[in-house]
Amino acid sequence: MNSFELTYRAAAAKTRSIKGPSMEFAARNRRPQRQWVTTATILIGGALALGGCVSVTAPDKPIVIELNINIKQEVVYRLAADAAKTIEDNPGVF
Amino acid sequence: MIRSNEFGISNLRLAGLGGAALGLLLAATPVAAQTANPAYAAARAGGQIGEQIDGYLGFPSSPSADVRRTAEDVNIKRRAIYAERASATHSTQEDYAFTTACRLILKTRPGEKYQSPDGSWHTRTSEAPLRDAKCAAADTAPN
Repeated sequence: MNSFELTYRAAAAKTRSIKGPSMEFAARNRRPQRQWVTTATILIGGALALGGCVSVTAPDKPIVIELNINIKQEVVYRLAADAAKTIEDNPGVF
Repeated sequence: MIRSNEFGISNLRLAGLGGAALGLLLAATPVAAQTANPAYAAARAGGQIGEQIDGYLGFPSSPSADVRRTAEDVNIKRRAIYAERASATHSTQEDYAFTTACRLILKTRPGEKYQSPDGSWHTRTSEAPLRDAKCAAADTAPN
Protein backbone atom coordinates (compact mmCIF):
# COMPACT_ATOMS: atom_id res chain seq x y z
CA MET A 1 0.00 0.00 0.00
CA ASN A 2 2.62 2.47 1.13
CA SER A 3 5.26 1.50 -1.49
CA PHE A 4 2.78 1.83 -4.30
CA GLU A 5 1.99 5.36 -3.40
CA LEU A 6 5.71 6.38 -3.18
CA THR A 7 6.53 4.82 -6.55
CA TYR A 8 3.61 6.47 -8.16
CA ARG A 9 4.63 9.90 -6.96
CA ALA A 10 8.25 9.46 -7.98
CA ALA A 11 7.37 8.25 -11.39
CA ALA A 12 5.06 11.12 -11.97
CA ALA A 13 7.74 13.71 -10.96
CA LYS A 14 10.61 12.25 -13.04
CA THR A 15 9.12 11.35 -16.33
CA ARG A 16 6.59 13.95 -16.93
CA SER A 17 7.46 17.38 -15.63
CA ILE A 18 11.31 17.33 -15.73
CA LYS A 19 12.43 14.99 -18.51
CA GLY A 20 9.47 15.26 -20.76
CA PRO A 21 8.22 17.89 -23.13
CA SER A 22 9.37 20.75 -20.80
CA MET A 23 13.06 20.10 -21.71
CA GLU A 24 12.25 20.14 -25.38
CA PHE A 25 10.41 23.39 -24.94
CA ALA A 26 13.40 25.01 -23.20
CA ALA A 27 15.79 23.83 -25.90
CA ARG A 28 13.59 25.18 -28.66
CA ASN A 29 13.42 28.64 -27.02
CA ARG A 30 17.05 29.06 -25.91
CA ARG A 31 18.30 30.81 -29.06
CA PRO A 32 15.59 33.50 -29.34
CA GLN A 33 16.06 34.41 -25.67
CA ARG A 34 19.80 34.91 -26.08
CA GLN A 35 19.26 37.06 -29.17
CA TRP A 36 16.87 39.30 -27.28
CA VAL A 37 19.42 39.85 -24.52
CA THR A 38 22.16 40.67 -27.07
CA THR A 39 19.95 43.19 -28.85
CA ALA A 40 19.07 44.91 -25.58
CA THR A 41 22.74 45.13 -24.60
CA ILE A 42 23.67 46.76 -27.92
CA LEU A 43 20.82 49.26 -27.63
CA ILE A 44 21.71 50.29 -24.06
CA GLY A 45 25.40 50.50 -24.97
CA GLY A 46 24.62 52.68 -27.97
CA ALA A 47 22.47 55.01 -25.93
CA LEU A 48 25.23 55.39 -23.33
CA ALA A 49 27.83 56.09 -26.04
CA LEU A 50 25.65 58.75 -27.67
CA GLY A 51 25.01 60.47 -24.30
CA GLY A 52 28.75 60.60 -23.67
CA CYS A 53 29.50 62.32 -27.00
CA VAL A 54 27.05 65.18 -26.42
CA SER A 55 28.37 66.05 -22.96
CA VAL A 56 31.97 66.21 -24.23
CA THR A 57 31.36 68.72 -27.05
CA ALA A 58 29.13 71.11 -25.05
CA PRO A 59 31.70 73.16 -23.00
CA ASP A 60 34.04 73.67 -25.95
CA LYS A 61 33.19 77.28 -27.02
CA PRO A 62 32.93 79.25 -23.72
CA ILE A 63 36.43 78.19 -22.72
CA VAL A 64 37.97 79.70 -25.88
CA ILE A 65 36.15 83.03 -25.38
CA GLU A 66 37.31 83.33 -21.76
CA LEU A 67 40.88 82.77 -22.86
CA ASN A 68 40.74 85.58 -25.45
CA ILE A 69 39.39 88.06 -22.89
CA ASN A 70 42.17 87.20 -20.47
CA ILE A 71 44.85 87.68 -23.11
CA LYS A 72 43.43 91.04 -24.22
CA GLN A 73 43.19 92.20 -20.61
CA GLU A 74 46.82 91.37 -20.07
CA VAL A 75 47.75 93.46 -23.13
CA VAL A 76 45.67 96.42 -21.89
CA TYR A 77 47.31 96.17 -18.47
CA ARG A 78 50.77 96.17 -20.01
CA LEU A 79 50.13 99.16 -22.31
CA ALA A 80 48.13 101.35 -19.90
CA ALA A 81 51.07 103.27 -18.40
CA ASP A 82 52.61 103.98 -21.80
CA ALA A 83 49.22 105.09 -23.18
CA ALA A 84 48.73 107.49 -20.25
CA LYS A 85 52.16 109.03 -20.90
CA THR A 86 51.40 109.35 -24.62
CA ILE A 87 48.19 111.26 -23.84
CA GLU A 88 50.04 113.64 -21.51
CA ASP A 89 52.83 114.22 -24.02
CA ASN A 90 50.49 115.10 -26.90
CA PRO A 91 47.91 117.56 -25.57
CA GLY A 92 47.05 118.83 -29.04
CA VAL A 93 46.05 115.40 -30.33
CA PHE A 94 44.18 113.94 -27.36
CA MET B 1 59.91 112.61 -32.52
CA ILE B 2 56.14 112.57 -32.43
CA ARG B 3 56.08 112.22 -28.65
CA SER B 4 57.89 115.54 -28.07
CA ASN B 5 55.51 118.29 -26.97
CA GLU B 6 57.49 121.01 -28.73
CA PHE B 7 54.73 121.50 -31.27
CA GLY B 8 52.00 121.95 -28.65
CA ILE B 9 53.97 124.35 -26.45
CA SER B 10 55.06 126.64 -29.26
CA ASN B 11 51.47 126.93 -30.44
CA LEU B 12 50.26 127.68 -26.95
CA ARG B 13 52.83 130.42 -26.60
CA LEU B 14 51.72 131.96 -29.87
CA ALA B 15 48.13 131.83 -28.77
CA GLY B 16 49.01 133.46 -25.45
CA LEU B 17 50.87 136.28 -27.23
CA GLY B 18 48.08 136.64 -29.77
CA GLY B 19 45.55 138.10 -27.36
CA ALA B 20 45.03 138.60 -23.65
CA ALA B 21 41.50 137.21 -23.80
CA LEU B 22 42.58 133.99 -25.50
CA GLY B 23 45.50 133.68 -23.12
CA LEU B 24 43.20 133.92 -20.12
CA LEU B 25 40.86 131.33 -21.61
CA LEU B 26 43.69 128.82 -22.07
CA ALA B 27 45.05 129.48 -18.60
CA ALA B 28 41.63 128.84 -17.08
CA THR B 29 41.26 125.38 -18.64
CA PRO B 30 42.99 122.31 -17.16
CA VAL B 31 46.26 121.17 -18.73
CA ALA B 32 44.66 118.10 -20.31
CA ALA B 33 42.16 120.24 -22.21
CA GLN B 34 44.77 122.55 -23.69
CA THR B 35 44.87 121.83 -27.38
CA ALA B 36 46.82 123.35 -30.19
CA ASN B 37 43.63 123.65 -32.18
CA PRO B 38 40.85 125.86 -30.71
CA ALA B 39 38.38 124.49 -33.25
CA TYR B 40 39.03 120.96 -31.92
CA ALA B 41 38.48 122.07 -28.33
CA ALA B 42 35.26 123.86 -29.27
CA ALA B 43 33.90 120.87 -31.22
CA ARG B 44 34.70 118.56 -28.30
CA ALA B 45 33.01 120.81 -25.75
CA GLY B 46 30.04 121.30 -28.06
CA GLY B 47 29.53 117.55 -28.52
CA GLN B 48 30.04 117.59 -32.32
CA ILE B 49 33.12 115.41 -31.82
CA GLY B 50 33.27 112.47 -29.42
CA GLU B 51 35.74 109.82 -28.22
CA GLN B 52 35.26 106.44 -29.88
CA ILE B 53 36.08 103.06 -28.31
CA ASP B 54 38.81 102.44 -30.91
CA GLY B 55 40.96 105.42 -29.87
CA TYR B 56 39.85 107.80 -32.60
CA LEU B 57 37.43 110.73 -32.80
CA GLY B 58 33.95 110.25 -34.19
CA PHE B 59 30.76 112.19 -34.81
CA PRO B 60 27.71 111.64 -32.58
CA SER B 61 25.66 113.64 -35.13
CA SER B 62 26.37 114.36 -38.77
CA PRO B 63 29.19 116.94 -38.77
CA SER B 64 29.76 120.16 -40.67
CA ALA B 65 32.61 120.23 -43.19
CA ASP B 66 34.82 122.17 -40.76
CA VAL B 67 34.17 119.79 -37.86
CA ARG B 68 34.84 116.80 -40.08
CA ARG B 69 38.15 118.26 -41.27
CA THR B 70 39.20 119.07 -37.70
CA ALA B 71 38.50 115.52 -36.45
CA GLU B 72 40.14 113.85 -39.44
CA ASP B 73 43.22 116.02 -38.95
CA VAL B 74 43.50 114.91 -35.31
CA ASN B 75 42.82 111.27 -36.21
CA ILE B 76 45.69 111.25 -38.73
CA LYS B 77 48.05 112.49 -36.00
CA ARG B 78 46.67 109.93 -33.55
CA ARG B 79 47.20 107.09 -36.01
CA ALA B 80 50.84 108.08 -36.46
CA ILE B 81 51.34 108.15 -32.69
CA TYR B 82 49.61 104.77 -32.21
CA ALA B 83 51.76 103.21 -34.92
CA GLU B 84 54.96 104.57 -33.37
CA ARG B 85 54.08 103.53 -29.80
CA ALA B 86 52.75 100.12 -30.90
CA SER B 87 56.07 99.24 -32.49
CA ALA B 88 57.97 100.63 -29.47
CA THR B 89 55.90 98.51 -27.05
CA HIS B 90 55.83 95.43 -29.31
CA SER B 91 52.05 95.47 -29.51
CA THR B 92 49.56 96.03 -32.32
CA GLN B 93 48.25 99.42 -33.38
CA GLU B 94 44.69 98.29 -32.54
CA ASP B 95 45.60 97.12 -29.03
CA TYR B 96 47.51 100.31 -28.29
CA ALA B 97 44.68 102.49 -29.61
CA PHE B 98 42.12 100.51 -27.61
CA THR B 99 44.11 100.94 -24.39
CA THR B 100 44.47 104.67 -25.06
CA ALA B 101 40.71 104.89 -25.67
CA CYS B 102 40.06 103.37 -22.23
CA ARG B 103 42.00 106.27 -20.70
CA LEU B 104 40.61 108.92 -23.05
CA ILE B 105 36.99 107.99 -22.34
CA LEU B 106 37.69 108.04 -18.60
CA LYS B 107 39.25 111.50 -19.03
CA THR B 108 36.24 113.01 -20.86
CA ARG B 109 34.63 115.79 -18.88
CA PRO B 110 30.89 116.26 -18.17
CA GLY B 111 29.14 117.42 -21.33
CA GLU B 112 31.58 115.77 -23.73
CA LYS B 113 30.50 112.82 -25.89
CA TYR B 114 31.89 109.29 -25.77
CA GLN B 115 31.03 105.92 -27.29
CA SER B 116 29.92 103.02 -25.06
CA PRO B 117 30.93 99.37 -25.79
CA ASP B 118 27.76 98.78 -27.87
CA GLY B 119 28.72 101.68 -30.18
CA SER B 120 26.07 104.15 -29.04
CA TRP B 121 26.94 107.74 -28.10
CA HIS B 122 26.59 109.05 -24.56
CA THR B 123 27.09 112.40 -22.90
CA ARG B 124 29.56 112.19 -20.03
CA THR B 125 28.06 113.03 -16.66
CA SER B 126 29.72 113.24 -13.26
CA GLU B 127 29.31 109.45 -13.04
CA ALA B 128 31.82 106.94 -14.42
CA PRO B 129 31.56 106.41 -18.19
CA LEU B 130 30.29 103.13 -19.70
CA ARG B 131 33.38 101.26 -20.87
CA ASP B 132 34.46 97.82 -22.04
CA ALA B 133 35.15 95.37 -19.18
CA LYS B 134 38.73 95.05 -20.42
CA CYS B 135 39.30 98.75 -19.61
CA ALA B 136 39.40 97.89 -15.89
CA ALA B 137 42.91 96.55 -16.46
CA ALA B 138 43.98 99.99 -17.74
CA ASP B 139 42.88 101.66 -14.49
CA THR B 140 44.64 99.23 -12.16
CA ALA B 141 47.91 99.30 -14.13
CA PRO B 142 50.84 101.08 -12.48
CA ASN B 143 51.64 104.51 -13.84
